[in-house]
Amino acid sequence: MAEIHLDDLKKTPLYDRHVAAGGRIVPFAGYALPVQYPTGIMSEHKWTREQAGLFDVSHMGPSFLTLSHPGGEADADHAAIAAIIEPLICGDIAALKPGQMRYSLLLNDNGGVADDLMIARAPGADGGLYIVVNAGTKDADFALIAAAAGDKARLSRADGDYALLALQGPEAVNVMAQIAPAATELGFMTYGAFDWGTDRIFVARAGYTGEDGFEILVAKQDAEALWDSLLADPRVKPIGLGARDSLRLEAGLPLYGHDLGPSISPIEADLGFAISKRRREAGDFPGAARILAEREGQLRRKRVGLIIEGAPAREGAEILDAAGAPIGVVTSGGFAPSLGKAIALGFVPPEHAVLGAKLQVSVRNRAQAAEIVPTPFVPHRYFRKSK
Amino acid sequence: MTTKFTPDHEYIRVEGSTGIVGITPYAQQQLGDIVFVELPPVGKALKKGDEAAVVESVKAASEIYAPVSGTVTEVNEALTGEPGLVNSDPENAGWIYKIEIAEAGEVDTLLDADGYAELTL
Repeated sequence: MAEIHLDDLKKTPLYDRHVAAGGRIVPFAGYALPVQYPTGIMSEHKWTREQAGLFDVSHMGPSFLTLSHPGGEADADHAAIAAIIEPLICGDIAALKPGQMRYSLLLNDNGGVADDLMIARAPGADGGLYIVVNAGTKDADFALIAAAAGDKARLSRADGDYALLALQGPEAVNVMAQIAPAATELGFMTYGAFDWGTDRIFVARAGYTGEDGFEILVAKQDAEALWDSLLADPRVKPIGLGARDSLRLEAGLPLYGHDLGPSISPIEADLGFAISKRRREAGDFPGAARILAEREGQLRRKRVGLIIEGAPAREGAEILDAAGAPIGVVTSGGFAPSLGKAIALGFVPPEHAVLGAKLQVSVRNRAQAAEIVPTPFVPHRYFRKSK
Repeated sequence: MTTKFTPDHEYIRVEGSTGIVGITPYAQQQLGDIVFVELPPVGKALKKGDEAAVVESVKAASEIYAPVSGTVTEVNEALTGEPGLVNSDPENAGWIYKIEIAEAGEVDTLLDADGYAELTL
């Protein structure tokens, strides 16, 4: 394998902070990022579940899509911008209320997932969308969105000029109350702009751990000050990529490039909820023929959650039926610190994708017992406001 | 009694014709929290360099190689219930397996403490 030199990697605005904190720096999606800090993945994971973890996710792709010529009427402007992004995805963006955020999927013409992303309607009347895509796919995604926008809208990448921080865990809301009190009024999957001292920060109540929490976009020159302010709170510790992965796996959240990819459809990935009703009825998204047929039951494989006895089954491990015949493959697997056992996500044919089904996984050529269980493996604890 | 090391961060503590094998404090620190240890079967014949055991951290699996040739005589069953012993006490309670050394001469080819220390500077 070719050696990757850290010098060739991009650094986030918080790189020096990670090094100073003893972070073990690894290459990830072209960036030099900490996989863990000195206390290790297990303690970082548990800290996030019990207190609040702070993640540098500046490698991701935050962006703003704004109309080139807004008419000034909020709903009409929103309808216009929704009409630009909707042909690429399967979500109902037109229906978003100001400040509302939605998880959606960028699709290719074969009905495969080109990326999963977050799209929020700007809270004010300025007719814009806030869009966050994955690090590994961001250049392709942004090219696609910019092409769809043409001269009707402008896509401004915020990666590079901003840092993106995630504050996650049951104490996150109490920590945020000290930083930007008004942001604690946000409900799960809503978004707004807030004052932080003399600066403006963009905050979404969302995350990738299954816990309550916030994702905070801050101008890069202010990133270290915000990072330091958050870490000054004894309830907050910095968390690396290792625990980010084990937390999202326990939360049953798919990881693009592993549990999602260009050949995997939303139905196969068990993300049917991301196909909004209006879009489904209209069938007006890329790959609709395949996706709607799969939704009616013509499905080759389906993503499931597995609890595994014994050694962790990692990505690529074969899933076997009870008799030992190969039926599928693990796409994410590891040890679940909150559960003290091995868990995995993987794909099996629909006839096997039954809760409670006793299967096996092959680890180092030995079959180990595995059972299909509901996901999330660890219950989500989002802060949902009653409507 | 003498302790020798491999460049792959295994140690072998030689007591007569028996060697006690584990991973070094440096190795456990690099691997992070150990969550599972796959032990070799007792009686297994190993050649120097063979994969003898696997230690798994939250993120990844790492092979443990046989520092010398021989036969596995005993394994540390405590690691099945408490794999974290490899982290907390790698040189004592966190040992992995014992081997009946087939060729004493192979021990001499391994690194001594100073030689190993130089590797991990």
